Amino acid sequence: MKTLRMIRVAWWLQLKMRSRSAFDGALTIIWPLFFASTAFLMQRAGRNQADILAATAVGASVMGVWSAMSTTAAGLLQSERRQGTLELLVASPMPFAVVMAPTTLAMATIGAYSMISTLVWARVLFGIHVHVGSPVLLLIAAPVTVLSVGMLGFLLSVTAVRYRTAWALGNATEYPVWLICGFLVPLSVLPGWVHPLAWLLAPTWGVEALRGAALGGPVAIDVAVCLLLGLFYAVLGALLSRTLLDSARRNATLALS
Amino acid sequence: MSGLRILILGGLFSYRALFGWLSPWVAVPTFLVAPIAQILLFAYLGRSAGLADDGFYVVGNALLYSAIPCVFAMGNTIGGERQQQTLELLLATPARRTPLFLGRALPVIVNGFLVSGFALVAGAAILHVRLPLHAAGGLVLALAVSAYSCTGIGLVTAALALRVRETAVLANVVYGVLLVFCGVNVPLRDLPHWMANIAPWLPLTHGIRAAQHLLTRTGAAGAPRVSWDLAVELGVGSAYLVMGSIALRLLETESRHRASLSTM
Repeated sequence: MKTLRMIRVAWWLQLKMRSRSAFDGALTIIWPLFFASTAFLMQRAGRNQADILAATAVGASVMGVWSAMSTTAAGLLQSERRQGTLELLVASPMPFAVVMAPTTLAMATIGAYSMISTLVWARVLFGIHVHVGSPVLLLIAAPVTVLSVGMLGFLLSVTAVRYRTAWALGNATEYPVWLICGFLVPLSVLPGWVHPLAWLLAPTWGVEALRGAALGGPVAIDVAVCLLLGLFYAVLGALLSRTLLDSARRNATLALS
Repeated sequence: MSGLRILILGGLFSYRALFGWLSPWVAVPTFLVAPIAQILLFAYLGRSAGLADDGFYVVGNALLYSAIPCVFAMGNTIGGERQQQTLELLLATPARRTPLFLGRALPVIVNGFLVSGFALVAGAAILHVRLPLHAAGGLVLALAVSAYSCTGIGLVTAALALRVRETAVLANVVYGVLLVFCGVNVPLRDLPHWMANIAPWLPLTHGIRAAQHLLTRTGAAGAPRVSWDLAVELGVGSAYLVMGSIALRLLETESRHRASLSTM
């Protein structure tokens, strides 16, 4: 109960803090729109069917969630270190994972704004109609996708703890995740060796679930796998953070940057 | 002589000191990995859309990627000085502004040229796009001219950075505009009319068109068209450089009046 309260309070606090900058907020929404617009223009110029355009719009809507996550989550611990708050977070009585996971969850939540803005953009500027087949399933699939992307961001942030310029690494994962997870391109177009990698990434299943819910198709398995992968990332991140923190404490390297 | 020292040495020092992306830990993911990932993203999207062949996306995105160092580094020349609290000192010096800021552009042009050159060669190798040997000289020229014109718009961004605090956000928006409008991934003839009308006034549009022409056409028949496109690209880049220099002067004066030079 205490842990759940901690997650709720930390998520809300981080959401408010990270919503303060109008510049960052605007970029979170605008940045994926540039890429979504390019994708829509390409599909339209290629004389593709309306259903392909709708599938592209749904996939493009998730790009912003990952964009909001990749660079900031990768540089999260370095940023805490620079602000001098990393030691305080580590020293708190709650497990480190419970303190940090709500932060990446808040980032993913902010990214979810761009899900809505991309779909509105597609509708208003490009006339792409996404007739939602099952609103209930969509309302289940969307939070599960956001949650799983948040946990993937948490795992990324913990993994990159020893990398001083982790933001650059996170930044470099932006396009590959968009590509491999089938946000804009069907997996069938990609080489076979990419598929197992895509299946290990929760956004792949999240996008499929959203497409299924919006355009009609199976949803349950995609949502379940997406959720399970999100939980797997959370557990792996928690274990990894404990190991890395033990090492940092033993070697007195926590504050080194 | 003093102007030449400021232009060359000042530019080099400022580039090394303020553009914090030169460490291999940043440079490799940002300048080598990301452009290839972007090329692959749009090449596969292009295959799925059935719009153009891979070469079109390799050329467009490789040239566009010169905008990353060119626009971001120029923005950092102001944002970085402000962050280090040296902007007032810099602008209090009697140094002439033209060599001071144009000097900062020179290493950036080289950086942009190298990044897009790498992206072009690596992207072509990965996607098995043939870069014709007879077009090598023209392609090198197109890369250089495009990096120059991107630096022009970068100088405008640097001027705006005197008023806009978030230089990175500003640079991202400029990059996004170039991505959508300049015929990078969508041929100009397939863009909506109003977008196609804006495109010729932006850097990169003519450079990309020249490079794409070099890649697809053989023989000397297309040479006048390529030369014309490169000349226009050079003109557009120079126009942005002049605009950037004027905007820097105006906004510097205004920032002094408002005492807002070091507002973070």
